[in-house]
Amino acid sequence: MARIIVVTSGKGGVGKTTTSAAIAMGLAKRGHKTAVIDFDVGLRNLDLIMGCERRVVYDLVNVINNEATLNQALIKDKRCDQLFILPASQTRDKDALTTEGVGKVLEELSKDFKYIVCDSPAGIERGATLAMYFADDAFVVTNPEVSSVRDSDRMLGILSSKSRRAEKGEEPIKEYLLLSRYSPDRVKLGEMLSVEDVQEILSLHLLGVIPESKSVLNASNSGTPVILDEQSDAGQAYTDIVARYLGENKPHRFIDEEKKGLFSKLFGR
Amino acid sequence: MSLLDYFRSSKPNTASLAKERLQILVAHERSSRNKPSYLPKLQQELLEVIRKYVNVEQDAITVNFEQDGNQETLELNIVLPEGR
Repeated sequence: MARIIVVTSGKGGVGKTTTSAAIAMGLAKRGHKTAVIDFDVGLRNLDLIMGCERRVVYDLVNVINNEATLNQALIKDKRCDQLFILPASQTRDKDALTTEGVGKVLEELSKDFKYIVCDSPAGIERGATLAMYFADDAFVVTNPEVSSVRDSDRMLGILSSKSRRAEKGEEPIKEYLLLSRYSPDRVKLGEMLSVEDVQEILSLHLLGVIPESKSVLNASNSGTPVILDEQSDAGQAYTDIVARYLGENKPHRFIDEEKKGLFSKLFGR
Repeated sequence: MSLLDYFRSSKPNTASLAKERLQILVAHERSSRNKPSYLPKLQQELLEVIRKYVNVEQDAITVNFEQDGNQETLELNIVLPEGR
């Protein structure tokens, strides 16, 4: 059985697709067969971030409508043979996704894959609610900014009440906080909510902090998941996040300013 | 020193303001999140029934819904007018 992860946030532009691409690649690179699905029907973009936009033939909606098989629609990543991408459709039909259809696709994928990463669209419409409906784990991507934090809390409410696990009275979805676009220097100046602030408000388990980084735009420009940029801070942050998710004990990084990080390292804090 | 103080005081700590606003907002939104959607209608209809017999104010009825683990409590509070 596969473990289904939804990457969600409510608010747009916080880094869901960047995160989906990075953690899917990270899990695959660790040797786990992973599929990453774009649920943003109508506004497909995961293919572009993954760098496989010219290899899209069939998509999620084609599979749901039996116009293509899953194997025809899955795109095998050229950098990692454990990673497969299922693109979203460009249709403007809002009813293209159905609970039964998505359930069927996920069930079929579950037989063959270890992890299924669902890249949720922004908002709380069907694509977003279906991306989270079948999830086992939720990665809540949040920026240290008021509207993002509020929307994340809203998504937590939906996760706990409108998922398959909630409806069946099963163990609830495991929720994790991924705080992205973090600037320790601005936090120090009192201009930005701190990790502790956001954790206190949302009471979520912190999986990792991704610093505001130029490498993210560079990665998306070239269609490479940022986790493959091993020199970059964001890439390292995602590598840590994948390791922590897999149960490894990695101390949190990128929370303090660069200088202070070195200082505290030297003095064993 | 006074110059430094001047620069410091000219920069308000907006992060703590954000935290304060969010804590209030999130607490409010969470409390109303798990309530059944029929509550406002229930309150309205109860008010109509009671008004057939007693002339109470519009805000004389409060319907409170609380969830504690698996137990759900619906609390109904009616304030009758004085001197009747």
